[in-house]
Amino acid sequence: MSKPKLAYYLAGGCGGCDIAVVDISEMLVDVALAVDIVFWAPTVADAKYKDLEAMPDGSIDVGLISGNIRNSEHEHIAHVMRSKCKVLIAFGICATNGGIKGLVNLHTTEQLLDKAYVNTFSTDNPNKELPQTSCVVDGKYELTLPSLMYARPLDQVVKVDYYIGGCPPHYEHVKKAFTALLSGQLPPPGSWITMGKAVCEVCDRNPVLKGKPKKFATTVKRTIDGAPSEDGCLLEEGYLCLGPVTQGDCGSKCPAANIPCRGCGGPIPGVKDFSLRAISAIASMLDNEELVDQIPGPVHLFYRYTLPSSFPYKRLKS
Amino acid sequence: MAWEPRLVVIACHWCTYAGADLAGSLRYSYPPTVHIVRVPCSGRVEPEFIAEALRRGADGVFIGGCHFGDCHYKEGNYKAIRRFKLLKRALTDLGVDPDRVQLEWISGSEGKKFAEAMTAFDAKIRELGPNPMKGGANV
Repeated sequence: MSKPKLAYYLAGGCGGCDIAVVDISEMLVDVALAVDIVFWAPTVADAKYKDLEAMPDGSIDVGLISGNIRNSEHEHIAHVMRSKCKVLIAFGICATNGGIKGLVNLHTTEQLLDKAYVNTFSTDNPNKELPQTSCVVDGKYELTLPSLMYARPLDQVVKVDYYIGGCPPHYEHVKKAFTALLSGQLPPPGSWITMGKAVCEVCDRNPVLKGKPKKFATTVKRTIDGAPSEDGCLLEEGYLCLGPVTQGDCGSKCPAANIPCRGCGGPIPGVKDFSLRAISAIASMLDNEELVDQIPGPVHLFYRYTLPSSFPYKRLKS
Repeated sequence: MAWEPRLVVIACHWCTYAGADLAGSLRYSYPPTVHIVRVPCSGRVEPEFIAEALRRGADGVFIGGCHFGDCHYKEGNYKAIRRFKLLKRALTDLGVDPDRVQLEWISGSEGKKFAEAMTAFDAKIRELGPNPMKGGANV
């Protein structure tokens, strides 16, 4: 039997998910021997888009895409990957829900280009030159750049078979996912590859796991306001933690390091719209309604990793 | 045909729904654009319900619950207002007109208040115009 073929594409991501794959350390040797990596752009393998495009449709067994869809190139390769791969996996929170870079949807492209290339203190650009999608060099060579689009999660562009959350996915979770993939023990298509438990259920700070009742939060604090106790629930102490609605495949690493969960793991099973459910969960854990007004920047807290996949999806005209 | 607003009213079974019933019994009139959905308690209303109504083309969403201290389940309405206030803050920051979603406490004996609230809500939404978020917002 020939080895299963694997393809990996990094779209609008930072490469952190690629590192998460490398982080499985010794197991990487087994994985690399067990599969045939036919395409891994732009980070690992030296394969070109034309090589991928030349492969027959459905010839790749598993395709992973990390990063959101942010420009025309990402969109094109996502379509190519979909037609070449039997199983397509959105890998990491950017591909599944838009990720932290999905927050670009809060601004227009013009505002972003202006900030990046014109209107910054350290920028010297008197003619207000902006990157163009095509330019002619020496009067004969035409160079092109992909055009920017609003950030979208992968499933708003092509059909996705499985989702893996995390920013990046924890390497223990990546190991489990690869084991499931290679042994063929996968859940029904369209589902998340997760153990299905929330961060709270694996969190050492959770009072319920110690047999104590969970109390309401009586204050709202930012992470810079003082320091949380050794082993108390961050939410009870007023540090708004999205653990109750986030997948706990990370093993609750952030709360263990005094940082409240920000929801990069993706929604727990049964939740379609992560941000709205997080709003619901956090609001009902506050002691009184005045505390709601003390939450600084609710959009940046509840929509941090999921803006493009949560209602209203894109920013409205102001 | 001229545009008519479609208003979704999510009413709690014990108070606002009874109030709507009373408005009918007392022959108070309110606009026919109102579509009432009955829920056990305003605390049952997830932000997803409001978002789903707006996404599917409702021009306004109105939540009705019991007055404080009057909740059949003791604290459902307290949870409702916290969720509602937080959702409204987030939606406002994202560019949704905050007047498209409203929350009001209307008891079972306030048939007149229900009719007046519906008339006022209908007028407000007519002022705001059609919902731009149908099928998800377009920029």
